[in-house]
Amino acid sequence: MGDNERRQGRTLLALNAFFAILQRDIKVTGREFLPFLLQALMQPLFFLFIFGKVLPGIGLASGNFAALMLPGIVALTGMIAAMQGVTLPLVLDLGFAREIDDRLLSPLPVWWVALEKVMFGAIRGVIASSVIFPLGWLILGNGFAVRDDRIPVLIGMVLLTGCVGSTIGLLMGTVIKPDQISLMFTLIFTPLLFTGCTYYPWGALRNIRWFQVLTLFNPLTYAAEGLRYSMVPPIGGHNFPTLGIGWILLLLGVSVVTMFVLGTRTFLRRVVT
Amino acid sequence: MEQSGKSSPAIAVRGLVKKYSKAKTKAVDGVSFEVSGGEIFGLLGPNGAGKTTTIGVLTTAIVPTEGSASIMSVDVTRDPISVKQRIAVVPQQSNLDRSLKVREILTFHAAYHSVPRKVREALADKLLDELGLGDRKNEKVSRYSGGMAQRLMIARALMHEPDVLFLDEPTNNLDPQSRLFLWERIREMNARGLTILLTTHDMDEADKLCHRIAVMDHGKILVNDTPAELKKLIPGGTVLEVRAYVAGGGEHVGEAVSKALNAIPGVAKVELVDEKGAADASDNAGTLSFRVYGEAANTLIGPAAQAVLTAGAQVRDLSVKQPSLEEVFIFLTGRHLR
Repeated sequence: MGDNERRQGRTLLALNAFFAILQRDIKVTGREFLPFLLQALMQPLFFLFIFGKVLPGIGLASGNFAALMLPGIVALTGMIAAMQGVTLPLVLDLGFAREIDDRLLSPLPVWWVALEKVMFGAIRGVIASSVIFPLGWLILGNGFAVRDDRIPVLIGMVLLTGCVGSTIGLLMGTVIKPDQISLMFTLIFTPLLFTGCTYYPWGALRNIRWFQVLTLFNPLTYAAEGLRYSMVPPIGGHNFPTLGIGWILLLLGVSVVTMFVLGTRTFLRRVVT
Repeated sequence: MEQSGKSSPAIAVRGLVKKYSKAKTKAVDGVSFEVSGGEIFGLLGPNGAGKTTTIGVLTTAIVPTEGSASIMSVDVTRDPISVKQRIAVVPQQSNLDRSLKVREILTFHAAYHSVPRKVREALADKLLDELGLGDRKNEKVSRYSGGMAQRLMIARALMHEPDVLFLDEPTNNLDPQSRLFLWERIREMNARGLTILLTTHDMDEADKLCHRIAVMDHGKILVNDTPAELKKLIPGGTVLEVRAYVAGGGEHVGEAVSKALNAIPGVAKVELVDEKGAADASDNAGTLSFRVYGEAANTLIGPAAQAVLTAGAQVRDLSVKQPSLEEVFIFLTGRHLR
């Protein structure tokens, strides 16, 4: 065998291993699909109901609040589902279960194992995000409004949101030790949840300037704003004002790359000494 | 099978050093050895001797600080993917995939290694039957006993038909029946041409299974030979164990006994054994254990008893030991293995 052939053979081996590992994750999730959906959708379901139906119904929120909040819920659900698909399994695996060893010993570069986790997490995120649409349509009734002229951006945003969540999940999963799980979830999840412009549009924060600036450090803000850009219908002929879509795409891209590089670095440090 | 000297070894380790970043001492300190194809090679030593680190380097999980290692002539640091294709690892503790069913653990492992579907389905069934797990292949591993999990890990290791198999303390924590079953399987796999490297701190296991054994301690290989040759290291080939009671446990008396024993004609070496790790450590304090090496140990019984009494101690027990690897280890390190 020539050197070239051997390298080709190795790449093929590695690709086979990569997709077999992805298939394993999909199979396991598929087997627990209902619990997965319940876990991902319980919270958004109630959010949609309370904020989209109950509050406007009793006059505490205006009618179009539902339309502004729906993109935020799509972003939040996708991101959390993606993170959960990566973080918890990784913390347990690297901590003590070591079930990942079999995959690390497969003929593929070790960092591809991290890449697979990210890809799988993103798929979970995309599925969870997508289910919000029929759910929103069912719960919000007349309040459900999504513009249909920016579908490609919408699809791109849903994919990107999944990737943002799963790369953050990778970094968290490789940094957190098993005995810190509950503390870290509270310390990271809660601020992420409430500073991410999910329940309010970014532009509306102009009167609380410091908080508006703070939200810019949360990737979820860009995911929510990007989805608002692609979903909220024009009001009175005017597009709903959001952060610029160019900035949104750029910063989400930067977030994905940064988190992936940092996460892979700690991942490698944990599995190869 | 192989012409000696001409074909390259299945495993080659040269000048291997591993120092963990936070550790003061080297976990592996200049280890070199070779394992030929078709051999069962044992790394023997107490916990912390560097066995698991050595295996870690050979299985690409640990990057060596110095030195090199290769599997089937492929360098482990330069081409880990090709190495992973050729090896399989059975770790000390179960790392079986608990989300999958037993049979899927095998078929997915094979899929990770590009084994075609038909081949892996058939091989999984065959191996599960061979290892006595055929009727419980659709369960999850959480219901498996330790012995069954161990067998399943061996089945998994064989799914991609590796050239070299690593077994890290394979029979640790197993009941005697499972141990014997496992030994049989290890011999069978070896008979089919598989090269096996196992670590153990069980002398009996090493003696019965291995063609060659390297005794490790403090990150170094002390000796590396066949079990029969290792046993010849004991001077005179036989050992007399003398257990003496010293009132008050005085050190001076211990030294005096040691001197007196050494003075007996025909004695090659006397060793005061550190009893801390021994099974009978809880025995009444003040009992010292000596190994007296020499030719025809049985003729030394009388003089040894006399020597102990002269030195001011009492004889507790005198016994002639068959040369075993345990004795070799004590001879080399002055310590019990466990």
